[in-house]
Amino acid sequence: MDLIIPSAGLIFWQLFGFLALLFILIKFAWKPILATLAEREASIDGALKAAEQARNEMANLKAENEKLLQEARLERDTILKKAQDASAKMIEEAKTEAGKQGALMIENAKAVIETEKKAALAEVKTQVAMLTLEVTEKLLRKNLSDEKAQSALVDEFIKDLKLN
Amino acid sequence: MTRKFLVLSLLLSAFLLSFSGATFAAGAETEEGKEDPTGFIMHHIKDSHEWHFFNIGHTHITLPLPVITYASDRGLEFYKSTDFQNPETHKFGKEYAHNGIYIDEHEHLGRVDGGSIIDFSLTKNVAMMLIVIALVLFMVLSAAGHYKKHGAVAPKGAASLVEPIVIFVRDEIAHKAIGPKYMKFVPYLLTLFFFIWIGNLLGLLPGAANLTGNIAVTFTLAMLTFIIVNVNGNKDYWKHVFATPGVPVALLPIIVVVEFIGLFTKPFALMVRLFVAITAGHIVILAFIALVFIFESYAIGVVSTLMVTFINMIELLVATIQAYVFTLFTAMYIGGAVAEHHHDDHH
Repeated sequence: MDLIIPSAGLIFWQLFGFLALLFILIKFAWKPILATLAEREASIDGALKAAEQARNEMANLKAENEKLLQEARLERDTILKKAQDASAKMIEEAKTEAGKQGALMIENAKAVIETEKKAALAEVKTQVAMLTLEVTEKLLRKNLSDEKAQSALVDEFIKDLKLN
Repeated sequence: MTRKFLVLSLLLSAFLLSFSGATFAAGAETEEGKEDPTGFIMHHIKDSHEWHFFNIGHTHITLPLPVITYASDRGLEFYKSTDFQNPETHKFGKEYAHNGIYIDEHEHLGRVDGGSIIDFSLTKNVAMMLIVIALVLFMVLSAAGHYKKHGAVAPKGAASLVEPIVIFVRDEIAHKAIGPKYMKFVPYLLTLFFFIWIGNLLGLLPGAANLTGNIAVTFTLAMLTFIIVNVNGNKDYWKHVFATPGVPVALLPIIVVVEFIGLFTKPFALMVRLFVAITAGHIVILAFIALVFIFESYAIGVVSTLMVTFINMIELLVATIQAYVFTLFTAMYIGGAVAEHHHDDHH
């Protein structure tokens, strides 16, 4: 057998054997193996993509939550401010109202007092007038008799009046 | 890992040294009856009609192999190798002709009447090829079985050995060298890689045949690559060969001849590279062993063993590199044949 001259028999068997190997392996090994590898790679890719998506979604959710929280805070602040404003206004109003009411009441009281006072003065006047009349009457009566007695009487009446 | 290789290589070389040397040397006697201490090297490198393992004393331990012949006037005939040799010395020769057919001392088949006859024998290399095929089949089919059984899960057992290679050949060799149409060629490249790789590795075992270092084997593989490349060659590829773009018309006849020769030099280079790399490795290992029988010295034996161990480790590397290179170049030639050229930025 020669070293560098290919022998026909060996070429024949090699061709036959290698082709048989090739076809058996293609049918029973390479196709299923390559398909499985592709499938696995696809599933790994899919899993990675899904993880990435989930991460993104999580970030979005977080951002959204943050936004909601921010909005809620703002809302709260507005509500508080409004409430404060309202309460301040109410207090202010109440104060004004109370002032007004008080003023009115004082006014009324003053009016009443004035009226009472007027009434009392009128009464006093009436009384004085009456007393004057009585005094005058008694004076007139005594006057007729005695001058001295007359003045004594007047004094007496005046004493009486003072007592009154 | 390195340690395992070292131990393995030491074992291999010890085994080689203890058996093959002594026996091949004994097996290769010159005509004067003197022992030729290097004759076993060529005997190992070449193909043979019988599988010779070793001698015990003068007893040859061999595996007789079938001899199959075809002649147009005689048809197919089946014999066994022992029909054509001296039962004692296991020598082939014209004097041991059987049924009008003989195998001469160079193991060429011939007819006593001088007619033509073709040798389809299941030689040592064919037997080796069957072993390699069986091993590859076993390995790859068990891997495929794992996927069939468990579906698209992480590899285990044989699959974890085969899978990285499959992915490497697919992504690093086929995809990079061929381009977008690579998937069609991956099965061929994978088969090529596994056959050559396992062939190279098994060839390193003592007593094994030099299968991937045989020119007929590398010729067949290169021829298959040649066929696949040229069957898949697209318009651009053929245009490149027969009407090379960008070349002046006057130069075209020369360039076309060069390009046409180039079609054949590519597979020729594939054939020669694998043949030479593997055969040379075997010759170097056996030459170091032969030193022992030339010098007949224990000191040389120790040194030779160390050298053989060293070369064996290199050969383990070469076995893989050559399988990779053959596959890679095949992929590159296919890539060149199927690529869509854009001549504006090319040449």
